[in-house]
This record gives sequence, structure tokens and C-alpha cells, in this order.
Amino acid sequence: MQTEFSNDQHQFREVVTRFLLDKSPTSAVRQLMGTSEGYDPLVWRQLCGEVGLAGTHIPEAYGGYGFGPVELGIVAEEMGRFLYCGPFFASSVMAAYALLGAASEIHKEQLLPDIASGACIATLALDNLNLPEQVGQSLVAEQQGGDYRLTGTAPMVVDAHIAQLLVVIAATPAGLGLFAVSNPAEGLTVTPLEVLDPTRKLSRVDFAAAPAIFLGEVSPQALQTLWDQLCVVLAHEMMGGAQALLASTVEYTKMRVQFGRPIGSFQALKHRCADLLMEVEFAKAASHYAAFCLAAGEGDAYAPSMAKAMASDTYMNVARAAVQLRGGIGFTWEDDTHLWFKRAKSSEVFLGTPHLHRERMMTIMEGV
Amino acid sequence: MNTTDRIELDAATVTLAEIRQGVSAWLDANWSPDLPLREWRQRLIDGGWAAPQWPVADLGRGFNQEQAGVVADVFHERGAVGAAQAGPRRLAAETILAHGNADQKQRFLRPILSGEHAWCQLFSEPGSGSDLAGASTRAELVDGRWLVNGQKVWTTSAHHADYGILVARTDWDLPKHQGLSYFLLNMRQPGVEVRPLRQMNGHASFNEVFMTDAEIPATDLLGGLGNGWAVAATTLSFERRSFAQGRTSTAAAGPRTGLAHDEYAQELAIANEPYTWYPQRQGRVDLVLSRARQTGAIKDPAVRQEMARLLSMHQAAALASASAEATRRAGTNEVIPAGSIAKLAASVIARQAALVHTMISGADAMLAGPDSAEQGMIAETLISVPAISIAGGTDEIQRNIIAERVLGMPKEMRSDTGPFRNIKRNVS
Repeated sequence: MQTEFSNDQHQFREVVTRFLLDKSPTSAVRQLMGTSEGYDPLVWRQLCGEVGLAGTHIPEAYGGYGFGPVELGIVAEEMGRFLYCGPFFASSVMAAYALLGAASEIHKEQLLPDIASGACIATLALDNLNLPEQVGQSLVAEQQGGDYRLTGTAPMVVDAHIAQLLVVIAATPAGLGLFAVSNPAEGLTVTPLEVLDPTRKLSRVDFAAAPAIFLGEVSPQALQTLWDQLCVVLAHEMMGGAQALLASTVEYTKMRVQFGRPIGSFQALKHRCADLLMEVEFAKAASHYAAFCLAAGEGDAYAPSMAKAMASDTYMNVARAAVQLRGGIGFTWEDDTHLWFKRAKSSEVFLGTPHLHRERMMTIMEGV
Repeated sequence: MNTTDRIELDAATVTLAEIRQGVSAWLDANWSPDLPLREWRQRLIDGGWAAPQWPVADLGRGFNQEQAGVVADVFHERGAVGAAQAGPRRLAAETILAHGNADQKQRFLRPILSGEHAWCQLFSEPGSGSDLAGASTRAELVDGRWLVNGQKVWTTSAHHADYGILVARTDWDLPKHQGLSYFLLNMRQPGVEVRPLRQMNGHASFNEVFMTDAEIPATDLLGGLGNGWAVAATTLSFERRSFAQGRTSTAAAGPRTGLAHDEYAQELAIANEPYTWYPQRQGRVDLVLSRARQTGAIKDPAVRQEMARLLSMHQAAALASASAEATRRAGTNEVIPAGSIAKLAASVIARQAALVHTMISGADAMLAGPDSAEQGMIAETLISVPAISIAGGTDEIQRNIIAERVLGMPKEMRSDTGPFRNIKRNVS
């Protein structure tokens, strides 16, 4: 099993970083978060085309680059660092991972190439974002002849307002199934929601006998695997954000002068920053380890939950300190800190709060 | 083969296979478990295998780490006893090697390797713990020898030591770091009194050392007058390295009977005696899952949350250290905060472990001794954990190091500049 990044992976990270440094400054983040679309189509096309990130982990057979969870983690870590606003997580991560895990061969061939190229923006509609065990309690698929129709509500779907394809997990009499619904469609209502974190757009999606294509069965194990895959990518995104936010906070304490000295010379602040650096190093190690485990298909089964819980706590701890150490300025709208604070909060609760993941970690360990 | 024969191998050109062959052949001709330990070690030193990583001129062979590793492997495979290295003696040896003159190396290195001389480290004082450079033990040159007066503390193994590495003040008019000198002190003299220091967990692993007109020959000043801080830094860097690596054991594989092994076992028992509670001060994370299963606490959701926090930190710290080690080996210029972060992490993990053990034990945590949980190891853990965040540099000092050297935050304003005699000190 890989335990360190290769030189190629280091270089890949540099390419991603350079692109985002140029295309996702906080001025762009601020501008985009105020729009209803929430992303820049031109930058998204460049990201998919020139840099080819949308197909990072999609196999070459389906038009992607054929990399794995480690490279996907690298992309997410850097996107988190720059607070990138765009449908990467919804389309390339959520929808593509769901299709790769559960769609039939023919549907993968049909749907994945356009996701890999960025021609199609897709997302994954789940009726629960807390626990995989609770997925499929609202969304139901009914078969009428050869056709399927979906009924129910997915209360929060990332980037559904700009998605042309909704990949949906819904209950069938035989268990959970994976479905495709195009957007717009008859019986489909997408309602943008007011969100705490304006860099992650959410919509409620109501299905009223909306026509759907059955893509494949989703076993409980497959759903858990999908959840793990998403959590590992999300953990990378959070941990990238935590690194950037800690760095900017430390820089602020070196500049800001009170009582005739930089506030960073006070031990009260130094010690808090040192503790946070330790936490960030842990979250980094846990996230990278989880990606290495997924890539190798071995290692600790609880690694994704461990990474998600640690990255969530770390990001929030850094975010709280980032506001506090800036004092009043940190609580203003004008200062950028709240952009990261809100992303940290929405990521903390997305796909399971830290305490749910710690509980899952213990359940797996006990079984071992 | 004559027992003192030394096979010459050029470190620059020798292959690992040739080293393996050379060690093997030499052991065939020289090693016997029935030799007295001292006699065996003299052969070992003469043969050039006691410290092959040391320079050729200083009893070694100039081997690199990998080459020396092969020698250690063969000794291990053959069950042959190596040079003495338990306890603080190797700190003294490495410092003498780095800063000693030819005469000092000649007199001190051999008895360290042979095990004839045990050493202790005389750095900390009652008045200067974290602030090591604030040492106020006094050394004065009187009639061609140094007379030492003062007190040291936290001295591991002082009661067994023949010599001590000592930092003392030789000039009170210079700034604090410049007035220190580094000495090699003979512990077996009337001017040196050693008293055990009992800790809150009942063990007495350390000592207080009182020096009253203790004598040091002029020849045993190490690294030059006023250079004590730089020499001490060498010792401390070796100490930190060994802290990160954990204590190494030269315990041999294979048959372990015979006089040499018996005497070696005694040497180790004496040297390791102060450390029996060290696993407990780390929090005994290894016992957490089994204890929780035994007691049924594993079903308690609150305990599960704290256990998961503990086990996550414990594993992540190990992963982060491994990753930092790999980066170090790759030789990049990246600032690696590994040492201080690992030290701080050990404290946080130990405290969390004590919290979890407390939750698991409940009221049973009121008991101690061999009839209590895990033959008393849980109780010992609960009252030993406070040491981990103090020994080897407190958490607060580690946080300063991380903040200043890694994060580049501005240094604290100093109030200890100028002549040492004018600096505010503890009243003794």
C-alpha cells in the first residue's frame, strides 16, 4: 500500500494549485457566492478542458484520466484551500462515484464521458445527508411497465439548480436502486434554498412521478462504500481549507500590532496556533491515509470515518480561532474569514457529523 | 586469529555483503557467551565493532547508518552482546566525540563502550528547569582545578553513575548563554552527594545531586571555556532524537545463556530500572479497547466518543510521524515540525487516555496496587500521565518552539539580557 505521495502526484498537485491560485482568488469567491448560479462557467470549462480535472478518477474507458482516490484527494485538498466555487464535488465526485459503483456497464458508458469532459453537470440526489442507513426512506421508485417513476423529496441536493442530470438513490420493492432523471423533466421541481454557506448551493428537489431510468441496484454495502468515498474527498477539502485558514490567521497575528508589539508575540496566541497546527497535521495524516487505503483496497475500514471526523473538528477549531484571533475585524462581512468559517460549518454536518463518524469508527473496531 | 586483530574495511568502498562477511568471520573467531562481559567488550572495541559509526581514529570505522545497521543485524542474529548503551552514557559519548580533544576521547570513550563507566546528565537545576541556560551552579578555577558548588535535579541514574556531564557557570558578568561551560565530573568523590527524589507516583527514578567543592581537573573541561551552551545543544539534540526513536535495546536473538549474557542482563536491569513506569506516563492506549470490553463500558455512547477521539489521535500521530520521517529521508528543505509536534501530541494523547481509562474504570479508579485493575497499571497510569507534559521540555516550551520556529511567529520580548548577575533569579 502506498504511504507517501509520488513525484508525479506532487507535480499534479502543483498544476492544480497554480490553476486555482489564478482562477479562484477570494475576490472571485465573493463574486460567485452572490450569484444564483454560484459558479463561473468559463472557469469550469477550463478546469474540465485544459486541466482535465472533472475526470480525475473516472477510468479512461469512460473518458476520464483513470487516476484514483489519492489524486482526487489532491484536487479536493487544493480546492478546499482556495474555496473553489463550482460543481466539482456534485458532479465529478458525488454523481460519478455513484455511477461507477452501481450503474450498469452500458449506463456508465453513456453517462460518464460527459461528466468527465464537463459537458454534463450532474449531481447526486439523496433523501438523507446524515447517515447512509437512512437513505431511501422518502424517495420511492415505482415501476409501470418498463418505465420507472420517482416520487418523494430530496431535501438538500448540492448544485441541483445547475445540473442537467440528477443521479438518484431511491427505494424499490427489491431494495435501493440507482436512477437517472434529466433536469428539467415533468414532475420534477428544483427549488433553490437559502443556505448558511453560500459557496455550496443547495436545492430541494421534489419528485412527483418524475420519469427515471433505472441504472442498477445499490446494495447496503455499495451505499456504504460510496459514502466512504465521498467522505474521504470531503475530508481532503476540509483539511485543505483548514491549512489555508490557519496560515492566513498566523500571518495576521504577525502584522497586527497592539500594546506596542505584534499580537503574534503573545504566548496566548502562539500556543493556540501551535495546538491548531498539530491538529491540522493529524487531519492531514488521517485524510491522506484514508485515500491511500481506498486506492489500495486495504487498510483500516474505519479510515474514512476517522478522516471525516478529524477534518471536521479541525476545520471548525481553526475557523473559530481564525475569527477570534482577528478580533472584531474577524466578525465583519468585509473580512474573508467568514467565507471559510461557513464552509467549515457546512462541511462539518454534510454526510454525517463528527460524532456519527466516531460512533461508526467504534462499531467497525468492535467487530474487528 | 589473534583476538585483538582488527579487520580493516574501507568505509568508502566496502560492500554491505563484505561487512556482513567480515563481522561474521570476526565473531566466529572471537565471540563466546562464556567470556566475562568486560573482557568480551575489550575484544569488541579492539576489533572495531563496538561503535562502527564512529570515526576510525576514535575506535570506530566511519560507517554510515546503513553500514552500521548491517553490523547490528549480524550481532543480533548471532546473539552476540554489543557495546554498552543503556541509560545516559551514550549522550556523554556522542558529546565527547563531537567536542572532546584527543586526550579526552582517549580516556573516556573506551570505558563508556565497555560498560565500565556509567554516566548521568547534570543539566536541570531547582532554579532553572525550562530555562536551562539560567543555570547557576558555580565552577571556579582554583589552584589549577575547577571547584564546583551548586545543585542539580532530575538526574536519572545518578546513584549508579561514575561520571556526569555537567553544565556550570564560569562567568557571571557575561550574558547568560555565554557564561556557561561544560564539564566531565567524577561522581565518585566526597564533594558529590546523591539523594533520590521521590515522585508523585511513588517511584524514585531521579535524583538530586549536591556539589560542595566538588573537584574537576582542568583537563576535563569539554569544548572550551564559555562554550557550554553550544556543547549542551549537541547533547540535547541527541537526547531529542533518542526521545523520538524510543529507547533502543541491544537484546540479542538466539541463545542467551552464558556469563556475558548474565552480566549484560544485570547491566540492563540497573540501567532500565528508572523507566518501568514510562509506558504508563504515555497513557497505556494499548489497554483501552480490552478494558472497555471487559467492563462493558464499550456499550456506553459517551465512552465510545472519547475512545474514538483517543484512537484517532493516536493513529494520526503515528501516521504524521512516519510521513515526516519519510520527508526527512527524502532530504527536502521543507520545515518539518515533527519533533516538537510529536512531543506535544504525546501529551495530548496521554491526557485523553487517562480520561478514557477513568471513564472505563469508574469508581474502581479509587484503587491502586497489584490487586487493582491490570495489576495496578491503570492506577499508575492515572498518576503518571502528568509527567509526560513536563519531561524533556514542557508542553508550553514545545508550543513556543512550534509557534516561533515552524509558524514563524515573533519571539517573546526578553527580560534576561545583559550580565547574568543582574538577571532576576529564583531565591534559593
